Amino acid sequence: MPSNKSVSDAPITQFVNCRILRGSRLQREDLWVRSGSILDPEKLFFDEQGYADDRVDCEGSIMAPGFIDVQINGGYGVDFSEASEDVSAGVSLVSKKILQHGVTSFCPTLVTSPAAVYHKVLPQVKVHDGGAHGAGVLGLHLEGPFISAEKKGAHPERFLRTFQAGGIDDLMAAYGSLDNVAMVTLAPELAGSQSVVRELCRRGVTVSLGHSVANLSQAEEAVDQGASFITHLFNAMLPFHHRDPGIVGLLTSDRVPSGRTVFYGMIADGIHTNPAALRIAHRAHPEGLVLVTDAIMAMGLPPGRRTLGQQVIEIQGLHAYVAGCSVEEALEAASLHPAQLLRLHHKGNLDYGSDADLVLLDDDLNLKATFISGEEVWKKAP
Amino acid sequence: MDPVPLGGLQEQTRAITMRLVILDDYDLASEWAAKYIRNRIIQFKPTAERCFTLGLPTGSTPYSCYQKLIEYYRSGDISFKYVKTFNMDEYVGLPRAHPESYHSYMWNNFFKHIDIDPANVHILDGNAEDLEAECQAYEDKIAEAGGIEMFVGGIGPDGHIAFNEPGSSLVSRTRVKTLAKDTIVANARFFGNDLSKVPSMALTVGVGTVMNAKEVVILITGAHKAFALYKAIEEGVNHMWTVSAFQQHPRTIFVCDEDATLELRVKTVKYFKGLMHVHNRLVDPELSIKDQ
Repeated sequence: MPSNKSVSDAPITQFVNCRILRGSRLQREDLWVRSGSILDPEKLFFDEQGYADDRVDCEGSIMAPGFIDVQINGGYGVDFSEASEDVSAGVSLVSKKILQHGVTSFCPTLVTSPAAVYHKVLPQVKVHDGGAHGAGVLGLHLEGPFISAEKKGAHPERFLRTFQAGGIDDLMAAYGSLDNVAMVTLAPELAGSQSVVRELCRRGVTVSLGHSVANLSQAEEAVDQGASFITHLFNAMLPFHHRDPGIVGLLTSDRVPSGRTVFYGMIADGIHTNPAALRIAHRAHPEGLVLVTDAIMAMGLPPGRRTLGQQVIEIQGLHAYVAGCSVEEALEAASLHPAQLLRLHHKGNLDYGSDADLVLLDDDLNLKATFISGEEVWKKAP
Repeated sequence: MDPVPLGGLQEQTRAITMRLVILDDYDLASEWAAKYIRNRIIQFKPTAERCFTLGLPTGSTPYSCYQKLIEYYRSGDISFKYVKTFNMDEYVGLPRAHPESYHSYMWNNFFKHIDIDPANVHILDGNAEDLEAECQAYEDKIAEAGGIEMFVGGIGPDGHIAFNEPGSSLVSRTRVKTLAKDTIVANARFFGNDLSKVPSMALTVGVGTVMNAKEVVILITGAHKAFALYKAIEEGVNHMWTVSAFQQHPRTIFVCDEDATLELRVKTVKYFKGLMHVHNRLVDPELSIKDQ
């Protein structure tokens, strides 16, 4: 049957027999895609008198928005913080490989590095759409060097920096350029950091708090200036204390400006955070949970360990003990919430008009297929 | 004493009849209606050149009937490929994408689940620039399609058919109507019980338009419709109860559940219940396109 020509000649695909994640629920609905976007079938029917050209039978699978990883340092032997001559080849390799784990967009992350590394690496990584070649690059995540020495974690101490008189100028001197930078993690207790937070937010860069010994008040001040993320909650920050909850207190702070959400990344491998702590965070602030891998170059070697798909399953397994994190919530933590964090309204959801970045999963959340812009880019071997 | 035995479907399409079909409950009534619609479409053997034209209602009454028809499509027993539909009505001024518009109702509860050709679907446009022209065009489209083979409808608590409110002309055509208070109150439940949010006007086929159909099937279920059913069939033809007009239609079937008959005379109910074995010849056997 020909598709109707009144609006577009492009072929229309109808995914049938699936349970799609929409409105925070899994619903038995078909999903329609045209030209890489999710289509409103009712408008198609009444306005264009159009119908599907192809039907894809999802055999009852769960269909969720493609996963978005905002903290991934490399993988498969590639280290994004390494100043190689061909950084984009490394990014491409990882972007292709992570399709197998349902990640359709990501933020290549650099740990604390000397200025020379940033000046060499940053110009080679550009924001670009995903496709059959690999997941889309949403922009770089620069974790450090403006972080706390006491909470450096695995970051090299000699390259840590503070803000001198110039604030944002110091930052620009370190990084060279903010083009293609989606997010910066810094420690808000550093002198001069609050004006930097404000300026970064003004330029559209997401500011995250992490590797820090900030108290709650300093963290709240940063949120006031526009900070909206916490890098790997609990790790590399002061522990929750009942008289000063520190950065962790942002989850329930009443000083977060209304209408704004503070998101928090969790490495949900059961190792970085005790599952009980993960549950406390989730129960305190379920809408802010963002699943990240914080994967390093060793990821994928051996295959299957510490991958995002695994995280989601871990969440599922952990919450077998707990009422409160449903499959839908876990899926949203891996897709919707990171998209909201980065203010990407056309990603992380299956609303009409959104990008058709999709994953098909079975009931145990094992990945069956990955789609970017409606095109199948990975399929599990039978 | 048995009445003169009536034939099945073949007879139904030629004879002049008024049938009151009474089933025990809402589900059985919906199923009977769906089976009848299915049989009539299949027996008609619609083709691209000769479509089966079906008039359709909205509301809670026909919901289960639509569900059944979707089931029959899913099981491969019926196709809507050569069925042309004409809905009875639509609100004026409600955005088409509004969840309570009749476009949304038909899409969500019927069209999206079946293989109907969108070009064969007709619903009045309550947002047309020129509402009167829209109504006239609708009448023209019905005429072009060769008239309606079967018009399925419901009945309001005030006895109206479509939005032909009490006092409507019994020879009316498709037009703009202002809704009666009863209707607005009855529909408020779909608009959060806020009377101010219910549209006050609608486009509707006229009583005359439905009377032109070759056959009329009216679904009436629930105790709240009982008085209207009484007025429609046990009292005279009266424009205050517009469904009563169908007493003068050559082929009418009222499909009801027990509750809807609560205001009828025991005699009437017993008479028609006694005819169920005749009525059931219309739905048994259930035809299927698999057999064609």
